[in-house]
Amino acid sequence: MFDKSFIDELRERRCQWDKEKEKYGQNARPRYMTVSGDDVDILYGPESVDMGGYLEKIGFPGQYPYTRGVHHSMYRGRMWTMRQFSGMGTARQTNERYHYLLKQGQTGLSVAFDLPTLMGYDSDHLRSTGEIGKCGVAVDTLADRETIFDGIDLSKISTSMTINAPASILLAMYVAVGEKKGIPSHKLTGTLQNDILKEYIAQKEWVFPPEPSIRLITDLMDFCAQHIPKWNTISISGYHIREAGATAAQELAFTLADGFQYVESAIAAGQDVDVFALRLSFFFNAHQDFFEEIAKYRAARRIWARHMRDKYGAKKEESWKLRFHTQTAGCSLTAQQPENNLMRTAYEALSGVLGGTQSLHTNSMDETLALPSDKAVLLALRTQQIIMNETGVANTIDPLAGSFFVEYLTDKLEIEAEAYFDEIARRGGVLKGIEEGFFQREIAKSAYRFQKEIEREERIIVGVNGYVMDEEITIPVLRIDESAGRDQLASLKKVKQSRDNDKVKRTLEELAVCAKGDGNTLKAILDCVRVYVTLGEIVDTLRPIFGEYQEPPMF
Amino acid sequence: MSLYTEFLDGSVVALSRIISHIENRREGYQEVLSRLYRSGGRMYRIGVTGPPGAGKSSLVNRLAGLAAEAGHRVAVICVDPSSPFTGGALLGDRLRMQDIPLDKGVFIRSMGSRGSTGGLAAATSNVAVALDAFGFDTLFIETVGVGQMELDIIDACDTVVVTLVPESGDAIQALKAGLMEIADIFAVNKADRAGAEQMVYDLQSAMEMKAIHSEWIVPIVATQATGNVNLDELYRHIVGHKAFLENTGLLARKRTEQLKKKVEQVLVKSIQRDIDRTLLNGAALDEIALRIMRGEDDPYSAGQALFQRYKFGS
Amino acid sequence: MSEKIRVLLAKPGLDGHDRGVKVVAAALRDAGMEVIYTGLRQTPEQIVTAAIQEDVDVVGVSILSGAHMTLFPAIIDLLRQRGGGDKLVFGGGIIPDEDIAALEKAGVSKLFTPGASTVDIIDWVRKAVAARKKDEKLL
Repeated sequence: MFDKSFIDELRERRCQWDKEKEKYGQNARPRYMTVSGDDVDILYGPESVDMGGYLEKIGFPGQYPYTRGVHHSMYRGRMWTMRQFSGMGTARQTNERYHYLLKQGQTGLSVAFDLPTLMGYDSDHLRSTGEIGKCGVAVDTLADRETIFDGIDLSKISTSMTINAPASILLAMYVAVGEKKGIPSHKLTGTLQNDILKEYIAQKEWVFPPEPSIRLITDLMDFCAQHIPKWNTISISGYHIREAGATAAQELAFTLADGFQYVESAIAAGQDVDVFALRLSFFFNAHQDFFEEIAKYRAARRIWARHMRDKYGAKKEESWKLRFHTQTAGCSLTAQQPENNLMRTAYEALSGVLGGTQSLHTNSMDETLALPSDKAVLLALRTQQIIMNETGVANTIDPLAGSFFVEYLTDKLEIEAEAYFDEIARRGGVLKGIEEGFFQREIAKSAYRFQKEIEREERIIVGVNGYVMDEEITIPVLRIDESAGRDQLASLKKVKQSRDNDKVKRTLEELAVCAKGDGNTLKAILDCVRVYVTLGEIVDTLRPIFGEYQEPPMF
Repeated sequence: MSLYTEFLDGSVVALSRIISHIENRREGYQEVLSRLYRSGGRMYRIGVTGPPGAGKSSLVNRLAGLAAEAGHRVAVICVDPSSPFTGGALLGDRLRMQDIPLDKGVFIRSMGSRGSTGGLAAATSNVAVALDAFGFDTLFIETVGVGQMELDIIDACDTVVVTLVPESGDAIQALKAGLMEIADIFAVNKADRAGAEQMVYDLQSAMEMKAIHSEWIVPIVATQATGNVNLDELYRHIVGHKAFLENTGLLARKRTEQLKKKVEQVLVKSIQRDIDRTLLNGAALDEIALRIMRGEDDPYSAGQALFQRYKFGS
Repeated sequence: MSEKIRVLLAKPGLDGHDRGVKVVAAALRDAGMEVIYTGLRQTPEQIVTAAIQEDVDVVGVSILSGAHMTLFPAIIDLLRQRGGGDKLVFGGGIIPDEDIAALEKAGVSKLFTPGASTVDIIDWVRKAVAARKKDEKLL
């Protein structure tokens, strides 16, 4: 872009400028750094970034390497999906919330499940005590799924489900709900999180060890390719890795490494990369560091495209495109002066949009206190609608391209991610890294460093270690009362009494045979859920066959 | 009621309190120890040592379970390194012992090494005495495992299991670290990994040489602690080694040696403390050092003179 | 070496959010304490057994799943039943104000909410342990 002699001259001028600026006062703060703890220079120019190879590195939207975006027309062709993650209490309460959100203009559903469901326990399991419906909706049987989607046309909406270890079961239930409503599976659209690797690394809601878990996933991918072709099978998630304390580079590197692992596993299972790749999508965090985040999304697209094309031999352009969902950073929200979280979330959301996200969840301001109230959820949704309709940022594609700083950060994050890929390979791959606690340790170190920066006041968090005030928190907080748990237990009991228990027994036996052999597990699970076998019964059948995961301890 | 009375009544709370007294050398701990020593002597002590990452905790996790299933009253001590700078420690071994059936009364105690460098904490063997007196009949001790010479375990245990992993380097490294001499049993853990067979083979050849001088042939067991493979065999060898020591009278001999060493330790420590108090504090020593620097004295003569004065009071 | 404060850090409940508990573990260690971390998803039974066997001074409990009103009282009751009622219990997590009052009444010594600094936690542990007098006869 610039010739060498110009750059040389520029470097010289920069040195002079650097000297000159000393005359104009000193830095007010001891350090200037990104949220990830990397030093930031006072100024970036053509001398700071390798601007060579513009077409290869940056290029055009909708064209390899997709640095500027995966679609030609981006937000003019299709706005990002506003997808607010929600679900709480009983299936009935969740259904009411969904009708409310759809009425307010939300365009997709996103189901949050409660912890017992995420961990594969029924509501009547001892370990579920006190947890039913607390962090999401409780699902025990198909009956709960029927209630959740009551009055909602599954052929018109897309549904995202945040579920991992028992993902096959929840997808099977969704298919079965569709069957009951007369909607064939090939018309269903949606996304499963189904990313077990990041569970081992960060979120830690697992059931089975990695190997059988990967089999469940590849079985599901295979089933979807044949029967639910529009379903996004895995949402490869950096969100939780970031929430656990990772830096932007770690989020980027570990998430893409997980993605590559799924690609390799599916190829090893005999699947065609050009069939399954377009059903993989990503889920990133939008943290506080505005430019670093934008650069992260741009680097992610470039890296994924290159690896898919060159390393995994994908032929179709669609297979090279990294599409992603973004959620603003829950860990950036504060319990102090909680209204401030509205502003934090707005800036974070803006970075997601400027980074070219395909869908977006904005957190509610009261989430450090409890599950969000209706009012808080509405404001979060309005934040997105203001960005979309009033700020003008979506009018043109990738408007920050060519910013010296943003291009510098994009390159830097890419280099850091590649260094991590090398290290992971040296350690014997992602699964080995998990087993030895490599990822977990790296993240814990970053989390501790971040906390110490706050405590040394190198980093100011408004309301926490700066601008503190005595306050009475007046945000109305939504409480899930304990009756939700009781109602859920009662409805589970009713289902268990009214179902055909011979069929339950038979389908579970068939599932066990399938799991021990090499049949498609999703197919067998679908047979189970159709006859109202519970989630816990399915997991209990698989657990003795697949084993149970135990985390290697590390600090 | 005193802690000791509660301890005699079988209170676990009292046991664990008394352990804290011993560990912190709180006033009166020696008196308690004297009593505890007299009512013990029945517990069998198994040490598990090896380099970092060898899976010591995971082995103990399984072995303790097997012993408990066999009807033993089992205790576990696991030692983790304390920071030499802050004295703090993260005691994480317990985390790796989630399969131990605590409902069968297995007692686990984590200890920080608190400045000791021999693989155990200074108080470890005394804590073992408390567990012994309490009625536990089987104890597993897991060493720090930071890769240094961790040989304290010989004086604190009856059977020593040395754990290695294929990746922890070759058997020669183990030889160099002195682990060959102290091993009664080898566990080559994570045996599903490359190099495991070679390691078993190398150890076997090395042990054949050693076997010429000993009646005990050191078994080498390929294990996978997390997958629970071959742990029962490892456990059988531990039981076998115990029987061997008992039948040959070597157990009594071993313990006599350990006790002689312990008495010596107590004696030396008492004398050391006495010397510290009487001879080595104050200005006298500074004066001696100055004289040596000026060439008017030397460390040997000065030391001898001090010793004479200590011994004969002149 | 001088006497060490021993702390058990526990993570009951089904959630896997261990970022906070690990940061606190590292901070207490760096403050010179001996920290025993029990790992994820421990039952009150397991936590209390560990607290007693390890004879810790303080038990720190991290709960982010919303089940605090069930789990804290269970741990405290069990500690009392087993003769460990003198151990201080503190906690951290997303806990609404009115619950804090109820839990403190139920015997939780201190609750830290999001944004609490590890310096405050270290400080509190030191002071609380020092203030707790242990009157016991050894022999």
